[in-house]
Amino acid sequence: MSKLTDLTLAAARDGLRARDFSANEITKAHIDAIDKGNEALNAYILPVPDMALRMAESADKNIAGGDAGPLAGVPLGIKDLFCTKDVRTTACSHILDGFIPTYESTITQNLWDAGAVMLGKLNCDEFAMGSSNETSTYGPVINPWRREGSSTPLVPGGSSGGSAAAVAAKLCLGATATDTGGSIRQPAALTGTVGIKPTYGRCSRWGIVAFASSLDQAGPLTRCVRDAAIMLGVMAGHDPKDSTSVDLPVPDYEAALGGGVKGLKVGIPKEYRMEGMPEEIEKLWQQGIEWLKGAGAQIMDVSLPYTRYALPAYYIVAPAEASSNLARYDGVRYGLRVPGDDIIEQYENTRSEGFGAEVQRRVLIGTYVLSAGYYDAYYLKAQKVRTLIKQDFEQVFEDVDVLLTPTTPGPAFAIGEKSDNPIEMYLNDIFTVTANMSGLPGISVPAGLSREGTPLGLQFIGKAFDEETLFRAGQVLEDAAGELPSPADWWSVA
Amino acid sequence: MKIDDATVRHIARLARIRVDDAQAKTLQSELTAILQWVEQLNEVDTRRVEPMSCVIDTPLTMREDEVTDGGTPQDILKNATERAGRFSSCPRWWNRLV
Repeated sequence: MSKLTDLTLAAARDGLRARDFSANEITKAHIDAIDKGNEALNAYILPVPDMALRMAESADKNIAGGDAGPLAGVPLGIKDLFCTKDVRTTACSHILDGFIPTYESTITQNLWDAGAVMLGKLNCDEFAMGSSNETSTYGPVINPWRREGSSTPLVPGGSSGGSAAAVAAKLCLGATATDTGGSIRQPAALTGTVGIKPTYGRCSRWGIVAFASSLDQAGPLTRCVRDAAIMLGVMAGHDPKDSTSVDLPVPDYEAALGGGVKGLKVGIPKEYRMEGMPEEIEKLWQQGIEWLKGAGAQIMDVSLPYTRYALPAYYIVAPAEASSNLARYDGVRYGLRVPGDDIIEQYENTRSEGFGAEVQRRVLIGTYVLSAGYYDAYYLKAQKVRTLIKQDFEQVFEDVDVLLTPTTPGPAFAIGEKSDNPIEMYLNDIFTVTANMSGLPGISVPAGLSREGTPLGLQFIGKAFDEETLFRAGQVLEDAAGELPSPADWWSVA
Repeated sequence: MKIDDATVRHIARLARIRVDDAQAKTLQSELTAILQWVEQLNEVDTRRVEPMSCVIDTPLTMREDEVTDGGTPQDILKNATERAGRFSSCPRWWNRLV
């Protein structure tokens, strides 16, 4: 039998139910993989092996008693943005050093109720602000993938870089993640994993550290489309504690997988063909179109004229909301406190030492665009442009069922390569941010390798609350692309 | 919009973030670059467009106005930076504010 860490989440679930192996065995296999590999990757910032083994023991009892939940005994990693009861949660920020929640986020509670096992907390960009996982107070995550013939450390993408790297390196079967401008889909593309950001309102945000509340949405990162369908099915659902979570039944996503794309109308938005787009991205996109055509989909050229304004509008809306959300970190009630000569100085000292450079930049931009005299020119303007972006999609979705686009403008880049220029870093999210601005679901599926030998992804964007079509189309793409090679294991020590 | 030194310091004060001279200088050019980049939105005609703050069309749900949580001071104080009895506390400065 192959190693237990090599299994997909679906295969592990089935094997656990069939008692081919125990939750204890598969959990131990993952703890061992983390022991050996995490130092090099820095994906986990807090492994919790004792807790994992206790949860596995309880899963094994439930399986033996015929009372196994849908994820009984399945070991998962949790992004450090999710509050976990009695387990340190910091959003990878110095300002939340040592914060131990006394409550559990709704999404993680849903996972534990389904029998899943927590392996630990995963690294991410500070307050999920970043596209490379380089802004974490715990240091960068290293992508398990390397360029062919090179040992230059690459970024795993961000902000859910720890989640993506842990899934790609088989340090968990799946991981939770969050996506405000692309933070699930961009790292998925850069690590050869599957990531779905569901429709805004599909998952509860309760207990997730807030970045930009009108954009934030949680979702899974997994090694195949089926695993993402299984995990999202457990994570999603209405929650009375989050008034923006929608009271709609959660469909059986796994059942949707075999649906195929015969007759499905797939839109190709011409505005995503950006000037200066690398040829390999263009080729990958064309390949995706051919695969879908071959599977019986109907390809249609469409136009979303306001696409190019989504990213600049996002960089007004998201920092504005962040500056407001992060006002709570004041060094008074909890978290870091750096003393000062008066209360204002204590606030200023605390926030200046507690927040990293990128978070400070965004808080300052947000403060500026919300300040007297600039509110209408920036914030209100961006909110109006957001309306136009949403209307673009509404019109296009009268004619097509789903859109196909590249996920990112390029493959994984080297640590430090883009960290000196904020705008260049922001451009990573150029194809993903539109789905956040309009609240629509988007999935990234690995579709091939770059000429450097690193993964590339394609994205489907769907109608609101139509994640099923994304899974159907994603499965067809995954089948057509065939299995990508796994990254060679350079990170494990003997 | 070009951000000058006084504006950086004004925003930093509003945001309650201390910036030293070197940071203020870096921020001046970084914030200017970001704001000039977002100003491409001025190309868009938004005269008859309503602003959108939430993508969900449905109105907020209401519930019975009753207590559903609380009575857990120990939980709330567990992460207090500093505490005094049943309260979280911070240094006293009231005499300096007047």
